[in-house]
Amino acid sequence: MDSAWLIPAFPFAGFVLNGLWGRRLSRKQVGMVACGAMALAFATALGLFWLLLRHSPDQRVWEPVYYTWMAVGDFSVNASFLLDPLTMVMVLVVTGVGFLIHIYSTGYMHDDPGYARYFAYLNLFACAMLILVLAGNLLVLFVGWEGVGLCSYLLIGFWYEKQSASDAGKKAFIVNRIGDFGFLLAIFLTFWTFGTLDFREIFHAALLRFQPGDGVVTAITLLLFVGAVGKSAQLPLYVWLPDAMEGPTPVSALIHAATMVTAGVYMVARCSVLYALAPLSMGVVAAVGCATAVFAATIGLVQNDIKRVLAYSTVSQLGYMFLGCGVGAYVAGIFHLMTHAFFKALLFLGAGSVIHALGGEQDIRRMGGLRRQLPVTFWTFLAASLAISGIVPFAGFFSKDEILFETLVTGHGVLYVLALGGAALTAFYMFRLVFRTFLGESHVDPESAHHVHEAPLSMAVPLMVLAVLSLVGGWVQVPMLENGKRLGRFLAPVFEDAEGLLTEGTAHGSHASLWTEGVFMALSVVVALAGIGLAYRWYVADPTRPERVAARFSRAYRWLLNKYYVDELYQAVVVELLKRLAETVHEWVDRAAIDAVVDGAGAFFRHAGTHLRRIQTGLVQHYALSILAGACLLILAALAV
Amino acid sequence: MVPLHGYLVVSALLFVIGVTGVLVRRNAIVILMCIELMLNAANLSFVAFSRELQNLSGQIFVFFVMVVAAAEVTVGLAIIVTLYRNWKTIHVDEIRMLKG
Repeated sequence: MDSAWLIPAFPFAGFVLNGLWGRRLSRKQVGMVACGAMALAFATALGLFWLLLRHSPDQRVWEPVYYTWMAVGDFSVNASFLLDPLTMVMVLVVTGVGFLIHIYSTGYMHDDPGYARYFAYLNLFACAMLILVLAGNLLVLFVGWEGVGLCSYLLIGFWYEKQSASDAGKKAFIVNRIGDFGFLLAIFLTFWTFGTLDFREIFHAALLRFQPGDGVVTAITLLLFVGAVGKSAQLPLYVWLPDAMEGPTPVSALIHAATMVTAGVYMVARCSVLYALAPLSMGVVAAVGCATAVFAATIGLVQNDIKRVLAYSTVSQLGYMFLGCGVGAYVAGIFHLMTHAFFKALLFLGAGSVIHALGGEQDIRRMGGLRRQLPVTFWTFLAASLAISGIVPFAGFFSKDEILFETLVTGHGVLYVLALGGAALTAFYMFRLVFRTFLGESHVDPESAHHVHEAPLSMAVPLMVLAVLSLVGGWVQVPMLENGKRLGRFLAPVFEDAEGLLTEGTAHGSHASLWTEGVFMALSVVVALAGIGLAYRWYVADPTRPERVAARFSRAYRWLLNKYYVDELYQAVVVELLKRLAETVHEWVDRAAIDAVVDGAGAFFRHAGTHLRRIQTGLVQHYALSILAGACLLILAALAV
Repeated sequence: MVPLHGYLVVSALLFVIGVTGVLVRRNAIVILMCIELMLNAANLSFVAFSRELQNLSGQIFVFFVMVVAAAEVTVGLAIIVTLYRNWKTIHVDEIRMLKG
């Protein structure tokens, strides 16, 4: 529909209002503008969703073209959107979860001096994210892609007077640049190959011109994936996301859990046709996703900062989404993206509520026993933890299980085992967090223990809504039931071509029997329960045990606690090397060559001046002599010719 | 009848004397007179060529030169008077403030 532009336009209007006049508005007005903009965007999205559902499934694609953005020779790009079921799911998640987080922020940021600035950035982020998911071609997508990157930077470094926060912002920006470089190359290569950047035209041409495994498509998809790796914090570019926790907690919930970091997954799903034509890239996506899922989960086991545990958990869950996309289960990947947006936003908001109650404390070693004082936070946090651990009937169970099951039936046995192990780790670290924060003895600093208070209504309501979503969010895609897979049917037209390609040569299109599916489903629940049980034994039944285990395996513990020393490795290898290179270039190119030329030019004229000025004697007769000499020379020259 | 080159030789001599005077003399009034000498050397050439070629333009030009020379002397003398009032000298080698 043509009115799709309204969806990003509302948050943009909110950004302009709060950005330009926010200082003069009262806090209440700022909050009203920001939340109102998101509410209007959400309402518009719901309206479009309703319109979309009224069409038959094969006609649920709209491509509103607003104007020709640029046209240079053969190169022409439109400012166009692409509205199909995949976009719709993303838009609903971004506006819906975004709206809830905006409301939560009015409570969480209430005493912050940068209130208007915060909401202006948050609205700008929503606008950029919506442009990203609505984009009808790669270049518009790239605009949104860079826009969310910018907002991420601004919001991570929101408390810029803190050195660590501004450092973290810079780190996020720079690491993302590496990924974006790959993404840009992919755009160039796409244009070079297809002569267009429009999604539908690219996919159409790719299906006609290329066979699975062709080099160009593999190159494009791998480069696109480099971009996704940066944005979605996968190995080896995940390092910025844990540091991004320096930003305000609702920002972590919105940008670094629910929406922006899933942009990579969305992009891979959007280009599913290209990936289906490149089996090698699919393998890379699946392998990187799976490796990240397990790797980040192991780090999450021992971290002590509540937000950092959640950050590693996000990295890990994003790995699961990529695993889903990599094995061709795009619906499962997007499904997990959606449920993850609900429960991970809830986890972050719950963590924010705890931090808020404790006056800024983030270390779980100084928490404990908060269940009685923060009942709403506890119960909602518990719901989200059950969801992420994959316990029936919470949302995460359905989505994670579908990814695991699809991994198995497409014949990726090793990845399946790893991912299942990762699921056990997930359950363990999440319940470690729950138990250490809410159960057991209180280790809260007595000073702040008096001030512990439950979240205000503006924060509690979004928690409750998200808790409900974390419970029912998975019911749109129930396996084994007749007509259970509603989301799958809704998204089917988008992934039709890709899935057709993937099932073409192989026989894995035939579905495993219900019985097998049931067994593996039970297996993942058992694994998750085992993780929770272990966490209970260690952190509730016998609280001294973790320390003994840590002492016993002190070396492994230190490795995990220091995050495998990856940051140190990057510091030593990449940062120091580049610094050395920069110093060398500075010394030899800047100082020795460029500065020498520029300084030399200056010195030459200065010296020339000091000597030549003696010619100007002030004696008129000297000048007359030179005039005479000149005249003689001219005459001689005239004679010579 | 004096041939053309006779006039030209005299004209060249006058011109060289003028140039030399401008270059070597210190007194501003003498320099001014030497400039007049150069102008008149040119006038002599004009008149000589005018008669040789039977063309009156040369003689017309001489009148112009004379008018310009008169104006020039007026301005030049005024400058010299002002110079003398300020420096109490009209020796050009003593008036050399404009130097690098």
